[in-house]
Amino acid sequence: MEMHAELTPEQVAIKEAVAELCADFPDEYWRERDAKLEYPQEFVDALAEAGWLSVLIPEEYGGGGGTVADASIILEAINRSGGSGVPAHAQMYTMGTVLRHGSEEQKQRLLPRIASNDIRLQAFGVTEPDAGSDTTRIRTFAARDGDEYVVNGSKIWTSRFQHSDYMLLLCRTTRYEDVEKKTDGLSVLLVDLREAGDSIKFRQIRTMTSHETNELFFEDVRVPVSNRIGEEGKGFRYILSGMNVERILVASEVLGDGFWFVDRASAYARERVVFGRPIGMNQGVQFPLAQAYAQLHAASLVRWQAAALFDSGKQPGFEANSAKLLASQATWAAANAAMDTFGGYGVAEEFDIERKFREARLPLIAPVNNNLILAYIGHQVLGMPKSY
Amino acid sequence: MNIVVCVKQVPDTWAERKLRSEDKTLDRESVDGVINELDEYAIEESLRIKEAHDGEVTVLTMGPEKAAESIRKALSMGADKAVHLVDDALHGSDVLQTSYAMAQVLRKIGFDVVILGSESTDARMGALAAMLAERLGVAQLSLANKVEIDGGTIRTQRVADYGFDRVEASLPAVVSVVEKINEPRYPSFKGIMAAKKKPVDKLGVADADIDAAKVGLTGAATEVVDFVAAPPREKGTIVKDEGDGGQKVAEFLASKKFI
Repeated sequence: MEMHAELTPEQVAIKEAVAELCADFPDEYWRERDAKLEYPQEFVDALAEAGWLSVLIPEEYGGGGGTVADASIILEAINRSGGSGVPAHAQMYTMGTVLRHGSEEQKQRLLPRIASNDIRLQAFGVTEPDAGSDTTRIRTFAARDGDEYVVNGSKIWTSRFQHSDYMLLLCRTTRYEDVEKKTDGLSVLLVDLREAGDSIKFRQIRTMTSHETNELFFEDVRVPVSNRIGEEGKGFRYILSGMNVERILVASEVLGDGFWFVDRASAYARERVVFGRPIGMNQGVQFPLAQAYAQLHAASLVRWQAAALFDSGKQPGFEANSAKLLASQATWAAANAAMDTFGGYGVAEEFDIERKFREARLPLIAPVNNNLILAYIGHQVLGMPKSY
Repeated sequence: MNIVVCVKQVPDTWAERKLRSEDKTLDRESVDGVINELDEYAIEESLRIKEAHDGEVTVLTMGPEKAAESIRKALSMGADKAVHLVDDALHGSDVLQTSYAMAQVLRKIGFDVVILGSESTDARMGALAAMLAERLGVAQLSLANKVEIDGGTIRTQRVADYGFDRVEASLPAVVSVVEKINEPRYPSFKGIMAAKKKPVDKLGVADADIDAAKVGLTGAATEVVDFVAAPPREKGTIVKDEGDGGQKVAEFLASKKFI
């Protein structure tokens, strides 16, 4: 039985309550959404109604007033149940940019309605086809026209666009060629998607997972200047501060998947009898699962450390990035150990291993590539020359 | 309105349950404890009554220290406060003694309506509501699948083999509810955080004017004389369909009185 040394009694209750909600959305539910590439609307609604998506919004704006550690527990519990927090996780943290850098008027306008589940702010347009991880090279441009910006350009890998009422958009308000520091001249705009209408076109990208993600095209999209978050030209700084939360929460989901693999595979290994004995009696089956389980716990501790630092007001760049790096590797090890344990059944859809296996590959490269995390640690933390 | 909901912690339904060899009582320590599932309907109904009529919901639990976990969960669902009757002297009490001890607490804390689940999934006596009503001298409305309160009157639908009875009584009253009366809510994040600050009054037998001699294993009216582990499940019968499969299935169902 697992101990919960890191968790308060309330956090154990959070974990149990989320698991209880998730039990109403069994494997078949997720298998069907996956097969049809469908957004799990009923599940996301159930999470929102119970207040699980508004924990990071302060109580004064109608939210739960919880910590990143609390949010981390929620997402881990969702993925450990066999489901996925991906369709809903951005509703938890995208508002953080507004909360930390928006004006009081913007916060009053948005946060209570996010908390009450009346609006969804869960799309964030950052990456572009020609920029990739080199964010400062983005070219989507917002030109000032009186009280409005007029936005033109395109984005790629913008998730949940179809299930958002608002999106945050990172764009250039001064061209790359015209700034001294390449991280300057970027701004964050809040785009009301209902008002934008046809001026934003989308093309859904079919992927190996059922995550809803898109390529977006902006054609003279008009955004009021009053919808700019923070100062003009300082947007890069604003999105970086939100990245640490994203890393911690993504790591938590990934850990949930990793523990799910070990739970399922060890249960199967105890019961599946071949050559007259349970296959779990073979060390070739047993050890990879034990190894992955230990790795998951180690990654989990780094995640808790990152969450605790963030919740105490720090910006734990190293810890948050390391948590995501280690969690994705531990879960990939768990995914492969589970696949080996299930043998041929691992690739059969009805056992769910292949579905989670496809999802487990993604965190090694997204939302930030693990190589970029290593480059960051090597350069920023260890002071070696910049390699990129 | 002063609503009291009785909540029992029971061993997780999915866990292997054992009796302790030394005193033939249920081993509550070695398994995870959960709220008796049927009590969740009672909690939900008490919260609905509160929402419709104002008032306060008090959780009443008798059980060891560990039962505090279940009290927390009931509070996180929305109950306002709790009374935890906890005392080593109560260990091994049977349903008669439990009803005596809980009636003493109910006299002390007062109530307009007491709500219970129809039975507990561990002991499965299903008699506590009736015994409490008798001891407290108030109306008993058992096995309700619908509860309405109108001023000082309570009306319920009592589930019966032939349909249901409409039952009406004056408050105060004791009500037991069946599953499917409602859909119990999940604890919410805010509910869990708020539960931390809600008062839980811990009472021992002396605090509730319970005579220690009248409770506990030695004074119990019933005795577990012996017990054996449940036998492993027998192999099922496999019927091969040789054109008469339907008939054989029908015969089987008839033999079990399903049809």
